[in-house]
Amino acid sequence: MAESAALTRPWPRRRFLAALGAVAAVPAAAQFRVEIAGVGATQVPVVVADFRGEAVAGVALAAIVRADLQRSGLFRASPADQPLDETSRLDLGDWRSRGADAVVGGSVTRLADGRFDVRFRLWDAVRNQELLGQSKLVLGADLRLAAHRVADEIHEKLTGERGVYATRIAYVVRAGRRFTLHVTDADGEGGQVALASPEPIISPAWSPDGRRLAYVSFESQKAVVWVQDLGTGQRRMVASFRGSNSAPAWSPDGERLAVTLSQDGLSQIYTMPAAGGAPVRLMRSSGIDTEAVWAPDGRSLYFVSDRGGGPQVYRVAASGSPVERITFDGSYNVSPAISPDGSLLAYVTRRAGAFKLMTLELSGGSPQALTDTQHDESPSFAPNGRLLVYATRAQGSDVLMTTTLDGRIKTRLLSSGADMREPAWGPFGR
Amino acid sequence: MNKQPRTLWTLAATLVAFTVVLAGCETTQLDEPTAAPVETRAAGGAGAGAAGGAGAAAAGTPQSGVTTVDLASQGAAGAGAATAAPSQRIVYFDFDSFVIKDEYKVMLDGHAKVLMANRGKRMAVEGHADERGSREYNLALGQKRAEAVARSLQLLGVGEQQIEAVSFGEERPAVQGSDEAAWAGNRRAELKDR
Repeated sequence: MAESAALTRPWPRRRFLAALGAVAAVPAAAQFRVEIAGVGATQVPVVVADFRGEAVAGVALAAIVRADLQRSGLFRASPADQPLDETSRLDLGDWRSRGADAVVGGSVTRLADGRFDVRFRLWDAVRNQELLGQSKLVLGADLRLAAHRVADEIHEKLTGERGVYATRIAYVVRAGRRFTLHVTDADGEGGQVALASPEPIISPAWSPDGRRLAYVSFESQKAVVWVQDLGTGQRRMVASFRGSNSAPAWSPDGERLAVTLSQDGLSQIYTMPAAGGAPVRLMRSSGIDTEAVWAPDGRSLYFVSDRGGGPQVYRVAASGSPVERITFDGSYNVSPAISPDGSLLAYVTRRAGAFKLMTLELSGGSPQALTDTQHDESPSFAPNGRLLVYATRAQGSDVLMTTTLDGRIKTRLLSSGADMREPAWGPFGR
Repeated sequence: MNKQPRTLWTLAATLVAFTVVLAGCETTQLDEPTAAPVETRAAGGAGAGAAGGAGAAAAGTPQSGVTTVDLASQGAAGAGAATAAPSQRIVYFDFDSFVIKDEYKVMLDGHAKVLMANRGKRMAVEGHADERGSREYNLALGQKRAEAVARSLQLLGVGEQQIEAVSFGEERPAVQGSDEAAWAGNRRAELKDR
């Protein structure tokens, strides 16, 4: 409630301070917490000792690493009961007998040039061997990021799959008549505001290099597509044609955007250079075509069309034909998202008045429901394809959640009471 | 060390090198448990840091930085306030419908007459949808409603350039709430002076 309370103050006189306040308030207010633990899931017990020197550095590195591993549902992470760092000589047999499968020790040191040296070592207590030892030199502002990268290294070494702890999630917050586009670490913390506006913002989409967001802003009293560089704040209006301009999606090579334009009288899908330029109509239909997303190989796009009556998900070749219908169950299927390997479709279906997050194997399969909530929206895949983030409603507010693809482990982004929506999971890079 | 084949090590090394490039932070492998880096408490000091030797001082761009753009402080235009003209300016639609009901014909005729009498006058038709379902699909639904109203004005003789059909989807509800009454009050198209 702290954030919304702060925003109900008469802020117009002090707008700038309020914006800064919102930036500062978010990290403390938001965090993804595990809500439903997987039944019978085996979790690898990992001990992560507090990093030597982290109190001086001012960032609780080991706590971030432990929380990351814990949140994946794959690990049970705990602190060490004795001081430990990457130089320690461990009796791994002893750790094993005390229930640890893996042990992590590390340190952080401030260097003369102001950067920090984050070092850690990962030991396998079961096989009695060292698995990993690394040093990362980072700026003070990137210490949280360094902790997430340490967690990613541990995750990959222990599971063989890339972790997504160092990735980011963009989403939109509405508090009264104020709309903010947020970018947070994948754990929901370290949140920063990319755009604050008195008008709605929807449909953020990450560039493949993770440095820019395309989104739709209504600041000019109509829907216009913008692209903003996150580091510099520089932004460019890329689609502001007659009528509405919306639903931006990046091509996998980052060169083009697919957008929905109504300049010819119907909402239709076009592609255009990501830096702005002439739009090219992808295909022609007699109904609404929108919500395009590219397949990861760039050869086709998935989109929503009501050409057959109600809205359904279709696929079209990047050349504009042929077009093929993908969803058949139910009369309302929208908001397609494609897994990074191109094999799985996530979307939202309306069923008996409820809106449910579904997945569908594109090679053939039946739709699978992943949630027991009623107002699911906007699914987006994590770049390793193992998790989805989506928006839903709980206790009267719009909230963000993540789920594993089997629906067993969910986390919820704890908020300060403001409505959160339109999540988009960023790529590995930044 | 362990018994992983050499090719795997090479691959791992390549991956690590790749990660370093991508990450922009310098990551090095620790071979043996070595002495911890020397902690430097004093600021300043021209001497190079204990580790790295990258030369680049604290200069560099944090990869965690996001610059805030605040449109409120830039004085973005507020909601367009409607001035007095034909008093009725809202067309309501049935669920999942884009059909303009007969009861709005007189009102649209009145707006068309004003626009035709003043060819320099411009209006926006803002379409809206109720809150249920996808925001982008609702934006397209609102657009379809706005286009229906714009087309009917054009059929009455209004110039195409005098009218722009736009949509706010579900983003600007006229009635708050999640019941049939609220939804019905939000499925609409509004005529606004430009």
